[in-house]
Amino acid sequence: MTSLLITRLRQGKRTLPFPDAEPNLPERFRGLPIIDQSRCPSGCEACVDACPTDAIANNGPLAIDLGRCLFCPECSNACPDGAIQFGRQYRLATTDRTDLVVEAGQPLKLARRLAGDIHRILGRSLKLRQVSAGGCNGCEADVNVLNTVVFDLGRFGIQFVASPRHADGLLITGPVTRNMCAALEKTYQAVPDPKIVIAVGACAIAGGPFRDHPEVLNGANSILPVNLFIPGCPPHPVTILDGLLRLLGKINDAERTSAVARGSG
Amino acid sequence: MTISLPSFHNGEPIPLTSVPCLPVREFRAKIISAVREGSTLTALFGAPAENGRIQLLSVLADSVTGSLSALRAEVNEAYPCLTVECPQAHWFEREIAEQWKVEPQGHPWLKPIRFHAPYRSPAAARAPLPGVTDFFAVSGDEVHEVAVGPVHAGIIEPGHFRFQCHGERVFHLEISLGYQHRGIESALVGGPGKRTIHEIETLSGDASIGHATAYCEAVEGLSGAALPARAQVLRGIALELERLANHTGDLGALAGDVGYLPTAAYCGRIRGDFLNLTAAICGSRFGRGLIRPGGVLFDVDTQLAAELTHRLDTALKDVGDAVRLMWDTPSVQARFQDTGAITSRTCETLGLVGPAARACGVERDIRQDFPSGVFRFAQIPISKWDTGDVFARAWVRWLEMQRSGVFVREQLASLPQGPTRATVGPLMPAHLIVSLTEGWRGEISHVAITDNSGRFARYKVIDPSFRNWMGLAIAMRNEQISDFPLCNKSFNLSYCGHDL
Repeated sequence: MTSLLITRLRQGKRTLPFPDAEPNLPERFRGLPIIDQSRCPSGCEACVDACPTDAIANNGPLAIDLGRCLFCPECSNACPDGAIQFGRQYRLATTDRTDLVVEAGQPLKLARRLAGDIHRILGRSLKLRQVSAGGCNGCEADVNVLNTVVFDLGRFGIQFVASPRHADGLLITGPVTRNMCAALEKTYQAVPDPKIVIAVGACAIAGGPFRDHPEVLNGANSILPVNLFIPGCPPHPVTILDGLLRLLGKINDAERTSAVARGSG
Repeated sequence: MTISLPSFHNGEPIPLTSVPCLPVREFRAKIISAVREGSTLTALFGAPAENGRIQLLSVLADSVTGSLSALRAEVNEAYPCLTVECPQAHWFEREIAEQWKVEPQGHPWLKPIRFHAPYRSPAAARAPLPGVTDFFAVSGDEVHEVAVGPVHAGIIEPGHFRFQCHGERVFHLEISLGYQHRGIESALVGGPGKRTIHEIETLSGDASIGHATAYCEAVEGLSGAALPARAQVLRGIALELERLANHTGDLGALAGDVGYLPTAAYCGRIRGDFLNLTAAICGSRFGRGLIRPGGVLFDVDTQLAAELTHRLDTALKDVGDAVRLMWDTPSVQARFQDTGAITSRTCETLGLVGPAARACGVERDIRQDFPSGVFRFAQIPISKWDTGDVFARAWVRWLEMQRSGVFVREQLASLPQGPTRATVGPLMPAHLIVSLTEGWRGEISHVAITDNSGRFARYKVIDPSFRNWMGLAIAMRNEQISDFPLCNKSFNLSYCGHDL
């Protein structure tokens, strides 16, 4: 009993102060790519050729589809001129699939709060059923970690539940394999209305490294309407948490900015 | 007639022509006698032969001499099965039947393992529906069946479990997978391409380092590239950090499954501390982007090495405190001990690998038996226990963690100088290579065969889970069904690594 108490004291309080304070991300973290097209020599396709998932388009403004992006270092290593570099921006979730395509100089349109009625019903208590449909256990692991004391998801009124009948929505990982398609559809049907769908990771958004394999369906929105896209391979847990909180209107950039302004004043 | 099989090492390419092609009868006899004499059936799989037939390829591993041997046989529609005489072949032969429409005649339980259309003339056949197949059934008074999955209660991958129970007692568990099948092996044919390493890294995403290491060593061997010493050491460090993170998570989850929350809560957090060490090296908690053919993409300078060592020491101390609580709590030990026990004989018969095998007292560890990379120079002693139960599988993980911790600390203190990457040229045509890595779940086996232009004609991946799922099924016999989550977690197998 004594050792239990001593250990408890020694382990301390470990919950991150997110979203009130910025998380301490590793120095080599690869977040939102920063594109500087002015450095591109004409006719250079090095990044396009290097990208394993064809996430980069160079017809017109250089654009990266974060939905397909694995956030691997391949493009930035291939670029001899430093036109693509991964920045430290970890807030990446969007409401619309098309918003994940970022062009040089354009800010990322981050996810909006759920619309009116559905926000009124789900905004203060959100129960999610997680379904892995071909996920590699990377996204699953970093979703699961939100339940640990570090992120303490419960304090935001969000909880993962065992049955779709108890859920307000699905959080889907994996490219949606043909062999999981029926089970995923049935699970979705079992969730009572109104319901939402969240796609976490490159696979669930666009098929990830398995895109266009005949055995997969290239992501959740190929069969279900998706309300929130959280890119990454896998996304950092803070990226996932940030996305969930934006969906519930618990992170509001205007408020955050003014809070910072007040703090400095 | 005696045919001597070519003997080669982990990571050493051999010309395909040196692999003897035997009549099926001798092919079978060789495998059966070698396994009886103590070799492990590392691989048994099909590949297309030139004349439209299928060649069966087998790799046998002799851990006493640290050498591998390979043999093959050509078949068409059917051949007499090996499983009856060599149970290690059970899952391999089901895979062969499913992938190539070759029937292992006399196989005691021939049914799909992944539920996909066959590789041979796929258009002619429809893919079977997942989970729609015969299941072993028990009948009698008060016998009932419990079916679980593919969608489970937790945040976990999908699989289907069918229990035959008498009250609480499980007579038999049958595990039906395939829901995660993403067609990776088919996609690897014709490679390596720019997507190959990413498919390997996500093949079983919590073992990215293990699989990427096995793949890169195969490519390096086939191209004759010499891996710089510094890269070898950094890969070894990453592999052991992956083991530390996953073992920590497993110990916490085991505590959680018996309702002992202190260890569960602490380990959930400390697992992240280990993952964050990997992220400090390469930016990704799972080591994505670190390991590439020819070396590693990220270096560790003196300052980072010092920081990693400091954080490692803290995390090891924290996890030591957290798991000690669990070892010292009788109510936890009462649930762990004698639950889900497997004998060493069963373990060897089934060919189990990794901590599950070492928990049965079986000394089997690629880092010792068939070392490659840094493990040829820096040895990690084998950790084992002999009770074969949930406790043993937990305890072996803890022993391994301590030894991995010592290893990482030592390696960080003595990083060799030099480059972190070498150039990788084209692959040797018509060669075969076997690349083995001891991942945190156990033996990761990759077998690559190149065609005449040096592309992959066949790339076989055998995740440790492929060998161990049967172990979980056997461990559940005569256990209470309420102990299934605990037994399952004590193996913690990969669904996607199995399904590919």
